[in-house]
Amino acid sequence: MFILFLIDLGRKVISFMYFLGGLTRLAVQTVFLTFKPPYKYGRIIEQAKKAGYDSFPIVSVVALFIGFIFALQTAYFMQRIGSEMYIASLVALSIVRELGPVITALVVAGRVGASNTAELGSMQVTEQIDALETLATNPVKYLVVPRFVALGVMLPILTLYANIIGILGSYFICVIKLGITSSMYMHVTFSSLLYKDLFTGLFKSLIFGMLIALISCYEGFNVEGGAAGVGKATTRSVVLTFIMIIAADCFFTALFYFIFP
Amino acid sequence: MMIEVQNLYKKFSSSRVLNDLSLNISKGQTCVIIGRSGCGKSVLLKHIIGLLKPDQGKVLVNHKEVGVLNELELSVLRSKISMVFQGGALFDSMNVAENVGFSLIEHTHISQKKILERVEESLVLVGLGGTGNLMPSELSGGMKKRVALARAICIRPEIILYDEPTTGIDPIAADSINELIRSLHDKLKVTSIVVTHDMKSAYHIADKIAMMYKGQIILEGTPKEIRESKNPVVHQFINGLAKGPITEAVDTFK
Repeated sequence: MFILFLIDLGRKVISFMYFLGGLTRLAVQTVFLTFKPPYKYGRIIEQAKKAGYDSFPIVSVVALFIGFIFALQTAYFMQRIGSEMYIASLVALSIVRELGPVITALVVAGRVGASNTAELGSMQVTEQIDALETLATNPVKYLVVPRFVALGVMLPILTLYANIIGILGSYFICVIKLGITSSMYMHVTFSSLLYKDLFTGLFKSLIFGMLIALISCYEGFNVEGGAAGVGKATTRSVVLTFIMIIAADCFFTALFYFIFP
Repeated sequence: MMIEVQNLYKKFSSSRVLNDLSLNISKGQTCVIIGRSGCGKSVLLKHIIGLLKPDQGKVLVNHKEVGVLNELELSVLRSKISMVFQGGALFDSMNVAENVGFSLIEHTHISQKKILERVEESLVLVGLGGTGNLMPSELSGGMKKRVALARAICIRPEIILYDEPTTGIDPIAADSINELIRSLHDKLKVTSIVVTHDMKSAYHIADKIAMMYKGQIILEGTPKEIRESKNPVVHQFINGLAKGPITEAVDTFK
């Protein structure tokens, strides 16, 4: 029984290594082709609209609720120690440094990453990707680069927007419910935030955006076995993106902690 | 453009698909490759256009080895070869005109007006003039295959590879596709390779028929020679017999 478990574990580790190898290869190709002319801006704008602009409503709702919840949870403890005025700084720092980038990335991974994998997976099983190649078009340049650039640009913008909405959510709770004055809230928020907090959050979201694009496209390209294969690949893509986002977040948080203590 | 396939080997995990396959196709010839479903006919086509690389052996197109070409050389080659996929492989997100003119839009600086003229010309040639604004989802199976054919001829290729062009469509649509392949051969003088297991279609369009079995070409000849062949494998296949050497040996080739 234990040996079977070890064999299964070994298979999973090898499969994950294959995935990492394939993903790295795709990443290198994508970065190279991003800078190689010709540049087709139309497709990047189209993807930016799909990935970024169309995600604003769901990001707004999620960020607003995160702001509400975080303010209420923080208030629960801060009121006990009589430090309600620090709620604003705690919320601002947590949202800008951590919650904003991660929650936005997870929302976009679920919405856009899944759609990318399903779309490219369907193209793969219906031989449309082979057809692209026979029409002398590199599928990575045509399909991955626009998604990679669009998500790399749009995710930091969405994150910045989510930060503002999240802080606004917390503002409503603190000002309306907890009786903190508006000017005091704004003052504490801005005085606690440093440029490096904003920079580290946005840098992480840039990395998350690229990860979402690469993993979703990689899984789409590697679909096997018709409609069922597309379903499996979409699930796998979302799960792997979530894991990689959290792992990358952990890595960069630790890195920034030591670089900018 | 002539095509030479020399001692090609290809294996997928444990299954040997191509096993020392050799075949020559002269310029302007229509060669039909027949064989059972799953015997590796499409795999051979994918080697010719460079979608797959052989484990051993080589494919030469106009004396250039396809498997060793770099991306740029492969693009040049692919601008002269077109492939018509089994299911059409039309891009769902684009309308018929964008599908047909894809190569011209992506790789040339021809004006939009001229591209539209070329697209319409290609669509008229396949009997689908005026359908440029339709989406692939609005087309029937036969229409999809004809649009795929229009996309293939829009770049004025020297070679066209057809992967089961008449499979899954009604006999009348199939015959119109056969007529189309024949007329493209006569009018545009293209070299064609047609993969099929539809014998009626094979006799109708072929200059040469090659029978593929156990990863090899076991017999090639004119439609008349194939029809009169005494080879038991060819005889079983072309007459569609359930009993014979093919079905008896099905499990031994691994």
